[in-house]
This record gives sequence, C-alpha cells and structure tokens, in this order.
Amino acid sequence: MLAARDELTALRAGDEAAFLALVRRHNAAMVRVAQIYVGSRATAEEVAQDAWVGVLKGLDRFEGRSSLKTWLFRIVTNLAKTRAVREGRTIPLSALRTPENVPEPALEPERFRAHDDPRWPGHWASKPSEWPEERLLAAETTAIVASAIDALPPSQRAVITLRDVEGWSAEDVCNALELAETNQRVLLHRARSKVRKALEEHLG
Amino acid sequence: MTDTTAEAMSCQELVELVTAYLEDALSPAERRRFDDHLAVCGTCQVYVEQIRATIRLAGGVTPDDLSPEAERDLLAAFRSWHG
Repeated sequence: MLAARDELTALRAGDEAAFLALVRRHNAAMVRVAQIYVGSRATAEEVAQDAWVGVLKGLDRFEGRSSLKTWLFRIVTNLAKTRAVREGRTIPLSALRTPENVPEPALEPERFRAHDDPRWPGHWASKPSEWPEERLLAAETTAIVASAIDALPPSQRAVITLRDVEGWSAEDVCNALELAETNQRVLLHRARSKVRKALEEHLG
Repeated sequence: MTDTTAEAMSCQELVELVTAYLEDALSPAERRRFDDHLAVCGTCQVYVEQIRATIRLAGGVTPDDLSPEAERDLLAAFRSWHG
C-alpha cells in the first residue's frame, strides 16, 4: 500500500492501478455505510458508484486536511442522505444517534437467574457451552458470521463491518459516521452480541 | 443510596459490559469489578472468549467484491477524468 501522500500523487497522475486499489479497498464498506440511509442494497451500490465520481471531481481540490479515507466516507454519507431525502425516506437517524433509547439486551433475560434469586441473582441460568476449536476454523463458520452480519440492522451492520471486518479504529468509525464514541460502542456491542448468538445457534 | 460500584458484578451485567471492557472504556472501579468476576466465573470466561472468537471470525470475512461491470465503469470514469 502506498503512503497517503504518494497515493494522492499517483491518483492525480492518472495511475489506474492506484485508483483500482483504492476502490477495492473501500467500496464494500462504502456500500454498507450508504445502506444506513438508503433502502436497498442496489441503491447503496449506486450511491457508492456516484461517490467515486464525486471523488474524481474533487480530487484536484482535495487539500488533505482530513485523510483521504475520511473524505471518501463523508462524500458517501452526504450522497446517501441526499438520495434518501429524494426518495422520501425518513432517515432512521435515531438508530444511529440515540441507540440506547431502545434497550436491546445482548442475551434474553431468561438466560439468567432472576434478580431476586436468593443465591445467584443475575447469574447464568442457561450457560453458553464451549465451542469446538476445529469447527471455528471451518469455512462454513465464517459464512455464518458473514450472513449474521448481513442480517443486522443497517447501523449495527455498518459499525461491525468497519470495526471488525475492515479493522478500523473506533476513532475512524466515529469520524466517518459522525457518531459519538458511546453510540459507536453501543452499536458495536449489539452487533457483536448478535453475531455471537448466531454462532452459538450454529455451533452449540 | 447503595454504592453499586462496591457490589459484586453479576453475569448478566458482565455480558452487557464486555464490549466496553474490550474497548478499554470502563472506569477503573468497573474494570476491577469485571476482572474480579471474571477471575472466579468459568462461564463468563467462556462467554468473553466467544466474543473474542466472534471478532476474530469477523476479521476473516471477505468484503464483497465489486462487480466486473461496476469496476469497468469506474475505470472508464477515471480515464475520462484524467484524459
């Protein structure tokens, strides 16, 4: 991977390989982010395509005050918002900005003993059993994770994709999605909890 | 008022704090309660290990590829932008 400055120089010089590498590195995540705002996967893919065209238009004026990545995701977010408004969609911002308003436990309360249990309040009633190591390595298990991520609500899906699939830092995710740190964490927590549960159903 | 920070953590509470724990976002007092519980609870150790495994497995998911047509369109846009 080229250093940021070299990458920008290469792009401006018309280096196709550098452009393709950038597209391949970020496009999937851009689609996931667009899906927070627009209805369908197909529309989100169009938004990502439009964003790349926007990138090309702005490349010569890009001053590098933010990272190229941050700038890219700002463009996607803005285009997706505009598109959502045009399609008359109510942007589900509450899921993104105030996720804690709708409580969502990581596990069903029945998995735990009651809070007034005389001996073990809030302790495991139905314990998770250990997962066989060799099955964790199976390709099939990774496929379970991929489809569990696909099935998540859009904002949880975007956060876990950026953090755990793409390996971004919490700070980068907060910047790209304009999220407060606590909300980023709530969304990540819910996403990971659900994916773990899908694995439990598969491996248990 | 009871000082909940002095009480032992329950398994249910730990399950809800695991992400904050892994993100190093707990206060020192909460972190101590978390660690104290984890040290004596084999089932919660299994749970935390499963969350770590989930993170590792997510890291192995391959992001979706761009369709060849979409890639071709983008390259064409790049060429006409530069040309």
